[in-house]
Parts: sequence; structure tokens; C-alpha cells
Amino acid sequence: MRFSAFSVIEQGLKGNRGWPEQWRSPEPRASYDAVIVGAGGHGLATAYYLAKEHSMRNIAVVEKGWLGGGNTGRNTTVVRSNYLWEESEAIYEHAMKLWEGLSHELNYNVMYSPRGVMMLAHNIHDEQVLKRHVHANRLAGIDSEWLTPEQAKAFCPLLNIEKNVRYPVTGATLQRRGGTARHDAVAWGYARGADRLGVDIIQNCEVTGIRRDASGAVSGVETAKGFIATRRIGVVAAGNTSVLMGMADVRMPLESYPLQALVSEPVKPIMSCVAMSNTVHAYMSQSDKGELVIGAGTDVYTSYSQTGALHIANHTLEAICELFPAVRRLRMLRNWGGIVDVTPDRSPIIGKTPVPGLFVNCGWGTGGFKATPGSGHVFAHLVAKGEPEAIAAPFSLDRFRTGRLIDEAAAAAVAH
Amino acid sequence: MLLIHCPYCEMERPEIEFRYAGEAHLARPDNPDDATWAEFLYLRTNPRGMHAERWRHIHGCGRYFNCLRDTVSDRIAETYKAGEARPTTLSGKGAA
Repeated sequence: MRFSAFSVIEQGLKGNRGWPEQWRSPEPRASYDAVIVGAGGHGLATAYYLAKEHSMRNIAVVEKGWLGGGNTGRNTTVVRSNYLWEESEAIYEHAMKLWEGLSHELNYNVMYSPRGVMMLAHNIHDEQVLKRHVHANRLAGIDSEWLTPEQAKAFCPLLNIEKNVRYPVTGATLQRRGGTARHDAVAWGYARGADRLGVDIIQNCEVTGIRRDASGAVSGVETAKGFIATRRIGVVAAGNTSVLMGMADVRMPLESYPLQALVSEPVKPIMSCVAMSNTVHAYMSQSDKGELVIGAGTDVYTSYSQTGALHIANHTLEAICELFPAVRRLRMLRNWGGIVDVTPDRSPIIGKTPVPGLFVNCGWGTGGFKATPGSGHVFAHLVAKGEPEAIAAPFSLDRFRTGRLIDEAAAAAVAH
Repeated sequence: MLLIHCPYCEMERPEIEFRYAGEAHLARPDNPDDATWAEFLYLRTNPRGMHAERWRHIHGCGRYFNCLRDTVSDRIAETYKAGEARPTTLSGKGAA
């Protein structure tokens, strides 16, 4: 059933009892043309574009838990494309363009809200780095502008620009097309869209092994629901990528860290943009429910614990209280962690692997949500054709051997 | 926050006295080719389970030492001095 004003009114009159399930829960078939491992936003988007743009309908997405239950349901929903390097600008802007039409594309309201993303500077070094970003973005045709502290305050009245704090705001960048989207809706919209095109989404089906034939190429996956034969596997498993790739004896340039977020009790609308600061490790926006959504930094050591250390969250809240004194007395409702897979250059890996038929899309680190549509779109091309398209080509696994790194680390290592 | 036993100071101290320094027992290769060098620089085990890792007691003795920690529970099994072999009493698979 398509969503429309008519169907909403019709169902409203019928007590909302006639909505069908949004996707099936099929048992796995014996074989598929391709198997995507991981039903988060990126994996589901990959399946959707494989079916829609590459006419591969005999495909499955297998997921250890529930779809959208990992980092897709745990992130702080920020969308932006103001990265420093041309390679990054190309892929994040590709995603941004897809965000702009995504609700229509999926017939599902992903609540993309281009409310503006502000990145704060607190000292001369921040100013230099962020202005360099502004110039690089404008050369690439990406909207980005520099604000004085007073202009930043006008854009975000909640912001404290007094000089009597440890890290006063000395300026900010603003990407007006940046903003937020509803994270769960992105997973659900892609899941529904992929399902309608015939993709089997198999939940609660952990992959326990990757089987290979005599030539070394993949021949299928061992799962909790039995063996599934396939010649193409796309691993899109975020924090668990190293574990899965280990099943095919591939060592990855990845480390998995907990990244925390928090939400406050809901309040009336007080903040209409996203504000972030890499220097003091904090960012904040307000959800449509009224909760302030706050992101912290990663823990310092690798872990799969999905919690994160208390002192990391405390550090972030101290910074939030200084930047936004009006929220000091708000209580925090929830605090959680997701496991992010971080590469040495803080850029993702979208590429072939030494194992024929095995493809990987990982390393999005602390900032993968914003890339969801673009990531799925280019990865679908790679899985379908066996070769990356131009936007994805620089993000190969091979770049760590050739040295052609895409070094976003110094510029944006904390808050994405 | 972790409580970490420094094998030099022989004291349990809070995590913020220490700095994490990545996977342990990675030996710098002699005369490496590009692939071997990339492996040393960038490829990591990143296990879901027992992890041998380096820590430095920066606000204490300042020395590096090694630690075996379960990355699922974050429980530290053992710390040992730099240069010592990874304890064999604990399997690398971990007990999640």
C-alpha cells in the first residue's frame, strides 16, 4: 500500500486497523544472486538500489538482530556534506542530493530537515581549519559559509558567545542544507522499498561463517538459519566488520570503538539547527519529540560493549553546559553507545577485497548515517558490476597499501 | 571507567591515569615491501573477545605495558610488562 493523504484519512476513519505489514519476514532460500550482510541503513539501501537500479531481485539481506537495531538506531541523525577533501565531498554530496528527494523516492517520510549545521570555532587553529573547509566546499560547489560569533548567535539564539568561558566561540561555519533526518524511518523506508522489489530481509539470522570454493572465491554464507549459497557477498556490518571479514581470512584496517549519545527530557522547541564543536567534543540538536540529542566522542580503547565510559559522557555534558547554559538544569533521559568501525584515515572503505566475490562497505566511523543513501547507491553498483564507480573508487581497501589516503582525521576526527 | 593494574607500579589505578596505545605484539618488519608495511601500519586484529593491547601509565611511571582485555565485557584479564610474551593461559578467542 502506498502512503498518501488519502490512505492516511481512509485508515484514520477505519481506526488504523487496515495497514498491512511493511515488509515480509521470509525464511531464507537455498541460494541468492547476492547476499548483503547487515540490515542497517547502509545495507538496506544497498539492497534497495541493487533491486531498483541493477535489476537484481534474487537477493537477501541477512541480519544478526532486528533491522535498524545497530548504529542506524543509535546515531544522532546529523546530515551534512561539508568535508575537506574532494573525494569525501563527492561521496557525501552524492548522499546529500539523494537525501533531498528520498521521502518521495521511497514514498516514506524520512523527515529530512535541512535546518542548518553549524560547526563552532574556539581558537585561531579552529578558525583556520574551518575556513579552509569553507573555501574547499565552495570550490566544490557545496554550500558553506563563515559566521561571526554574533551571526552564529543570531542563527542559534541558544548559543553562548560570552568571552568569559574556557572555550569562547570565535566563529562558526554553516551549511544551510545540512540538518537531520529520522534515523529509524530511513531503515524502515529502505526495508519497505527493498521488500516491495522482492528482496528477502532475513532478521535474527547471524552469519557464522563465509564458505569459499577451491579457487578461493566465495560460495556462500553459514548462518543461524542454515547455509545460503551465493557468489556475491556484500559485508555492511559497521563495528562487526573485522569479525565477519576474519571469517574469510581478511585482516582489515579497522578498529571498533564505542561512541555515545544522550537525549534529554523533552522540552518545547528551543533549538532549530544542529551545532557541533570538535574542539570541546560535543554536538546537539533537538528532535521533533522535543528531546535534545547530544553526541559525545568515542571511548579511547577498542570495545564491542555498546556502552561507553561515563567520564566521556560527562566531558561532553560539561561542554554542552558551557555552550548552551540554558539547558543546564535539564535531565538526561537516556544514554547509549554504538560500536563504530574507524579507519586510520577516518574515511570509509567501499571496495573489493582479496577474496573474489567478497565486497565490503565499512569504516564510516563516527559519521556514517549522513552517507546512508549515497553509500548504498555506490555499493550497489560495486556489488552488481564488480567494479566501483568513479565516486567510490578512491575509497578502495587498496589505498592503505598505495598510500593514497583520504585524510579527514585531523579535520573531523571527533564529531561527524 | 576501567581500573587498570600497572605491572610496574604494582597498583590498580583509574583509567584516566593511562593512555591507550593500540594493539600489542606488532613487530616492525625488516625491509618490508608495500604490503608488509601497510599491514604493520594499518591492519589490526580488532577481535570481538580477548585483545592484547598496549597502555601507557602517563600520569604514573610513564612506562608502556601490555594488557589482556575482553572487548565484549571490557573486563581486564591480566596486565604484564612490555617485552613479556602474551600469557598463554588465556585463549585468544575470549569468553564473551
